[in-house]
Amino acid sequence: MEIKEIIQKTNAFLADEFEVSPESITPEADLKATLELDSLDYIDLVVAIENNFGFKVKPEDFQGIVTFQDFYNYVIERVKQKELV
Amino acid sequence: MNRVVITGIGIYSCLGKDLETVKESLFQGRSGIVLDAGRKAFGYRSGLTGWVDRPELKGLLDRRSRLMMPEQAEYAYMSTREALALAKMDPDYLEANEVGLLFGNDSSAKPVVEATDIIREKKDTMLVGSGSVFQTMNSTVNMNLATIFRLKGVNFSISAACASGSHAIGVGYSFIRSGMQDAVICGGAQEINLYAMGNFDAIAAFSVRENDPTRASRPFDRDRDGLVPSGGAATVILESLESAQRRGAPILGEVLGYGFSSNGAHISNPSVEGPTRSLQMALRDAGLSPKDIGYINAHATSTPAGDASEAKAIHSVFGECHTPVSSTKGMTGHECWMAGASEIVYSMLMMQHGFLAPNINFENPDDDSAKLNIVTNAINKNFNIFLSNSFGFGGTNSSLIVRKWE
Repeated sequence: MEIKEIIQKTNAFLADEFEVSPESITPEADLKATLELDSLDYIDLVVAIENNFGFKVKPEDFQGIVTFQDFYNYVIERVKQKELV
Repeated sequence: MNRVVITGIGIYSCLGKDLETVKESLFQGRSGIVLDAGRKAFGYRSGLTGWVDRPELKGLLDRRSRLMMPEQAEYAYMSTREALALAKMDPDYLEANEVGLLFGNDSSAKPVVEATDIIREKKDTMLVGSGSVFQTMNSTVNMNLATIFRLKGVNFSISAACASGSHAIGVGYSFIRSGMQDAVICGGAQEINLYAMGNFDAIAAFSVRENDPTRASRPFDRDRDGLVPSGGAATVILESLESAQRRGAPILGEVLGYGFSSNGAHISNPSVEGPTRSLQMALRDAGLSPKDIGYINAHATSTPAGDASEAKAIHSVFGECHTPVSSTKGMTGHECWMAGASEIVYSMLMMQHGFLAPNINFENPDDDSAKLNIVTNAINKNFNIFLSNSFGFGGTNSSLIVRKWE
């Protein structure tokens, strides 16, 4: 999967799942603040990633992810790992 | 002892999604029963069910609230919105006062089945998502409504099978009468989905008159062959008379009596003696005699044994009073956990608008129902006091008596 495609898919499911406008999602924006994530929302983020990309996320993987770019980087890396398998 | 009045009612059922529509359906004798092909494909013996669409809550509730709600909580949200508006209880009032919440609910099958399916398939509990646990618990209606409406009074669910909604109102009445609460939002909610009723169907409790869905539920009729499951939600707001008058709230009726009993016998076979004691207790509590009751909304679900037992119980207490009786379940089917609350709402609508709704599909009596004065067509008739029965598995019985406020 191309990086551009991964980012587009990520933005689409984040906007849909968390009901925010697509325009509010930019690489430098704060993920937690933009999506208004509370502790329960991270569970739904795990579910959404599994549904869209087919890999499982551990909640601790979110540590260190601040911006959407951080999140893209994480997803891209996991997708690439999956494709190598 | 406080007097307990009704200041708000709301309904979301197969007869309509608001009070006005439901009132018309009751008067017209309109059935809400359909044949659901999906149930047959799934393995149901009977595909008959009452039907109501799920409400669209996007725009009314935020994402987090909606994620926590199974269908019966959605129905309960809609009926409670309507009741609160009628009672003139706005968010400021709910914020500043200790308003309670007692809802009848006795299952939440779909979220349980769906979550279990996901865990089985994915071998990872987290993939059920964050809303699942709050949807699966029996208290789901309470936890959702108490959070959404920011309620601060008594808050728990009543699970009493098909008498859940009635007992919820009875317990709310007791809380207010004793002075422990000024106002309690009571009600009952019932899921309709495919998973909710499979095990009920398994014991051959449902009518199989599938070629004629709107005539399948026929309480007290000689040719009845079982109940038709149904669902939705109903809300009844109870308040002390003093509180209602202080607020200048509209007073719709007064709860005069609550009776209850347990059969102390078989888990599913009905009895005559248990319901009789419940009826008598409600009359005693209200300080009334049978001749004072203007209308009886029967529990009668269209099962051969249940209707016969209730007919005997009513006759044993009301004898020759010739009190008009109907079971609205001919139209609605059996709304189970919700029925005790919805039938208070239906009876309130009749009392407010001066008519008796028909016991549709009652064509021929049997030996027991022949002794009752069963209403077969809508009748324009004013009445001031009604009694509503609800009975459930395990032998739980509840009877409520309500008077018109004038």
